[in-house]
Amino acid sequence: MRVEGKGLINRGHPVSFTFDGMRYEGYEGDTLASALLANDVRLVARSFKYHRPRGILTAGSEEPNALVTVGRGARQEPNVRATVQEIYHGLEARSQNRWPNLTWDALQVNDLAAPFFGAGFYYKTFMWPKAFWEKVYEPAIRRAAGLGALSGENNADSYEKAYAFCDLLVIGAGPTGLMAALVAGRAGADVILADEDASLGGRLLAETHEVDGMPGAEWVREVLEELGEMPNVRLMPRTTVTGAHDGGTFGALERVAHHTIGRAGTPLECFWRIVAKRSILAAGALERPVAFRNNDRPGIMTAGAVRAYLNRWGVSPGKMVTVFTNNDSGHRTARDLLDAGVHVAALIDSRHDAPDCAGVRVLKGAQVCDSGGRLGLESITIRSVSGEDKLQTDCLAMSGGWNPTVHMTCHMGGRPVWNQDLEAFVPAEGAIPGMRAAGACNGVFSTAGCLRAGAEAAAEALDALGVAGGAVELPAAEDDPYRIAPLWAVPGKGRAWLDFQNDVTVKDVKQAAVENFRSVEHMKRYTTQGMATDQGKNSNVAALAILADVTGRAIPETGTTTFRPPYVPVSIAAMGAGSQGKGFAPQRFTTSHKASVERGAPMIEAGLWYRPSYFPVSGETTWRQSCDREVNMVRESVGVCDVSTLGKIDIQGKDAAEFLDFVYTNTFSTLKVGRCRYGLMLREDGFVMDDGTTARLSETHYVMTTTTAAAGEVMRHLEFVHQGLRPDLDVNFISVTEQWAQFAVAGPKSRELLDELLDEPLSEGDWPFMACGAVEVAGVKGRLFRISFSGEHAYELAVPARYGDSLFRLLMARAEEKGGGPYGMEALNVLRIEKGFITHAEIHGRTTAFDVGLEKMVSGKKDCIGKTMSERPGLFGDDREQLVGLKPVGPVKQLAAGAHLFNEKEEAVRVNDQGYVTSVAFSPTLGHMLGMGFLKNGRARHGETIRMVDHLRGLETYCEVIDPVAFDPEGGRVRG
Amino acid sequence: MVELVAKSAGDGLLPVTIGKLSLTEEVPTALTSLMPFKGGAAALEAALGAGLPGPGESGAAAGGRVLWFGQNQYMLVGGAAEGLGDAAAVTDQSDAWVVVRLEGEGCEDVLARLVPLDLRPQVFAEGRTARTELMHMMSSVTRVGPQAFMIMVFRSMAATLVHDLKTAMQGVTARR
Repeated sequence: MRVEGKGLINRGHPVSFTFDGMRYEGYEGDTLASALLANDVRLVARSFKYHRPRGILTAGSEEPNALVTVGRGARQEPNVRATVQEIYHGLEARSQNRWPNLTWDALQVNDLAAPFFGAGFYYKTFMWPKAFWEKVYEPAIRRAAGLGALSGENNADSYEKAYAFCDLLVIGAGPTGLMAALVAGRAGADVILADEDASLGGRLLAETHEVDGMPGAEWVREVLEELGEMPNVRLMPRTTVTGAHDGGTFGALERVAHHTIGRAGTPLECFWRIVAKRSILAAGALERPVAFRNNDRPGIMTAGAVRAYLNRWGVSPGKMVTVFTNNDSGHRTARDLLDAGVHVAALIDSRHDAPDCAGVRVLKGAQVCDSGGRLGLESITIRSVSGEDKLQTDCLAMSGGWNPTVHMTCHMGGRPVWNQDLEAFVPAEGAIPGMRAAGACNGVFSTAGCLRAGAEAAAEALDALGVAGGAVELPAAEDDPYRIAPLWAVPGKGRAWLDFQNDVTVKDVKQAAVENFRSVEHMKRYTTQGMATDQGKNSNVAALAILADVTGRAIPETGTTTFRPPYVPVSIAAMGAGSQGKGFAPQRFTTSHKASVERGAPMIEAGLWYRPSYFPVSGETTWRQSCDREVNMVRESVGVCDVSTLGKIDIQGKDAAEFLDFVYTNTFSTLKVGRCRYGLMLREDGFVMDDGTTARLSETHYVMTTTTAAAGEVMRHLEFVHQGLRPDLDVNFISVTEQWAQFAVAGPKSRELLDELLDEPLSEGDWPFMACGAVEVAGVKGRLFRISFSGEHAYELAVPARYGDSLFRLLMARAEEKGGGPYGMEALNVLRIEKGFITHAEIHGRTTAFDVGLEKMVSGKKDCIGKTMSERPGLFGDDREQLVGLKPVGPVKQLAAGAHLFNEKEEAVRVNDQGYVTSVAFSPTLGHMLGMGFLKNGRARHGETIRMVDHLRGLETYCEVIDPVAFDPEGGRVRG
Repeated sequence: MVELVAKSAGDGLLPVTIGKLSLTEEVPTALTSLMPFKGGAAALEAALGAGLPGPGESGAAAGGRVLWFGQNQYMLVGGAAEGLGDAAAVTDQSDAWVVVRLEGEGCEDVLARLVPLDLRPQVFAEGRTARTELMHMMSSVTRVGPQAFMIMVFRSMAATLVHDLKTAMQGVTARR
């Protein structure tokens, strides 16, 4: 219920939303949790395993119970904590893990069967039969247990990631963080102040403390105003710092649009990488529940949360509230409620020496040992020296003390330190380089103490940064002591909940110890305590305290489990922002892309490049028809193909020739100016790395081509060789792949076509096969190479890329006039298979120059990279699988790449493997399929019949082993 | 007689204006890669009429701007590449890159979504340049004004560059 005169919500601005289809009203400034409590909705969820009714436990991101699904359809977001979800007009929230509905959930029978379902139940029960686990048990268990579900549709939201840099990162904007930011900001340091809440202020918004003689919230407003005006301070609300990583880098999740219906262009979340020279952790503390029988009933909350709902949101979670505490902070809840006019039934303090509290009956040395009620709290049972008493109440505010939020300090392997006075772990000093933990997260629980700690931490940071800071006056604030007597679990029968989110009880932890899972890490895995999405924020310390007790060890001796990033759940979509769909990798388009698409060419990806597969003409219904036509076109008239994607590397310098001799197996220093040569490159281990032609433009200037796929790899290799192995050589190189648009013009009519286009026709005799030189097209300076990947009389013409589109269109039009036209990757592949030219299908990283039949290209007159290693025993000889051509000879005429080769009479099993097929195509020129592959001692077996078996496709074909060069082996056409 | 029509790398993609941010294509007269040969730096400097910039720096030279572009590598943006002699490998890169200018209030915030660099003015002042990752692309980023950056990526990736910058510009503008 709302409490008049309380809260920081905007009562002039009502907001309506729905929960499970019911319409409710809240106010601007409400979270879903506060608005539901204001509407007296206490039951909001069903628990993970037992489907027990659950309500709201906390008021922050640590919430284990109140998980809801927000939105519908593709935008639906499961497992949103109602305590951090701000309400907005039209917000649609639904409860999870229940069927058919929240108040009557069919699977609540699980709760009755609970005696069987304790920790370890699944491990022991579903062992047999083994095959049942994946098919039967796991799906059934998963259906019964659970959280919300994704929509199954593509995510329609957009996400962002971003980088930020600062001198000082302040994590948390409570009194400590605000004070630290103020001190550092005034001194002129570059400060980022990040807080996961929509409103900065931390506990000052949730308490009634005065600061500097004014209400805490008022002081916060003034400080934020001052910080907001500083250009060197960046305030980041709704931003949870999720992890501390190497080099002063922090991950942070900003919830950009979760509090709105969403505007076009606004990302839902932004994942930040913040780099800070220094950091101050001012993350505050989290309140611990107390474990007692049925302590999970809706209406039972942490005492600090009850205060927060009252003071910040003007909501009392009950009409008759009871407080149960083991420390002084619980008394504040009683006082604040009384001051606001809410009835407080009793204050139960487990300490015999507890202080009094005006206006309420304090039961000293008493404990709450049970609760009653069906879907919400109706009564509690109090145990004291005088026996057990029942008390009617609809809200129990419990406090088992406070745990400093040490998580971030453990992200780089640091272990927190046990503080006996606080009965809590505090951060180890220096656990994160450059980070100082201050305030409540460092075990300082008074407001004055926090303000002081923030100022001191900032002064220390400024000192380290070398920024002069002025003296600061600390505002006056409460400095009450924090007195606590440990109370982890109230003894008694029944189930007392520790981990609300994973349904782990005190009994489960004890059972783990009984079964000898005594290490805290083993206990965690055995019981699943701390393994839910709240990562045990509410239960870790209590669980290990109980484990310590039953194993007879001290708490520090028992130790903690490891806190790892992220501090709160982070959606994968936010971390991978921008990489949805085509954003996964850049798209590289050639200059001919548009013209190709206009021709209806389907584009295929080659690395990052998009290349045309084939160019359909009217009447063609399959790719094979287009491909066959394009192959015939190149063989009979002329074809045009964009080959710009091949790597082009410009190599200059007086030692360029020597450098090339070192990286290529064959010799380039002897190459004449104006000529090209095919080159083979080995890796250092002696296997083939890449091939291509290299042209000599002048004595000291070469241009190397690489395959499309290996362009980057070759460039890196050259850099390595130059920088690491031959820095003495005076040579420079740079990629010119993108500078030149290059087109293959191939076929018997290629020369005729070029003569029409070039400003000066090619003079007879000057342009033999493998010639290169400068040409001009319409006054544009270009380069011409007489090289061929098709086996035809062919050229490659390069012009500056700006003219690529224009030249491609021109070449296409002229080729078509001659009965030719453009050809795509399919035809290019067929043409090269007919000629037995290799690609990375053959030089796939496991083949040597010997294997592909190019061992003669490894010059004996000089050394080169990989030469010695290629001479190792086993890398050459009859045992090697050698490149061969394959031609079907039996009744089955089909070949398949990836198939394996076997001797005719031998069984097609692994031990009889004779080799494999790398490339296949239907050759329209020869009228049958052709294959390339590697066969044991293959070069000596031309003419033999071999069996090709494709176990995957269930295909078996008898082939004749032939020379890889199936068409025009003399090469008359290419020279003609 | 045939004719070839030139198309810029950003043809059909730019300009784009979103809120206070604008993205336009720049077409420098030339982009020329300069890689001095051994002992050639002094001669190259003499030819340029300016010192070669140190790592992360740029400066005016030969009527254009010369950027540090990597180890022993400089990129002359604009200006005249003729007459630089043979002290360096001089390579025409005019068509190899798309050059864009991102300008307006919040341009640092736009780049902060794509580039993992500290671009605060006190760190990355006017004239500072970097070869860096931009989303998934290798790029060159130079601050050319208090609220203006020159950004270059390979020509073939122009569409992805514009897409990524546009998305970031929308994200920044939507938050105002």
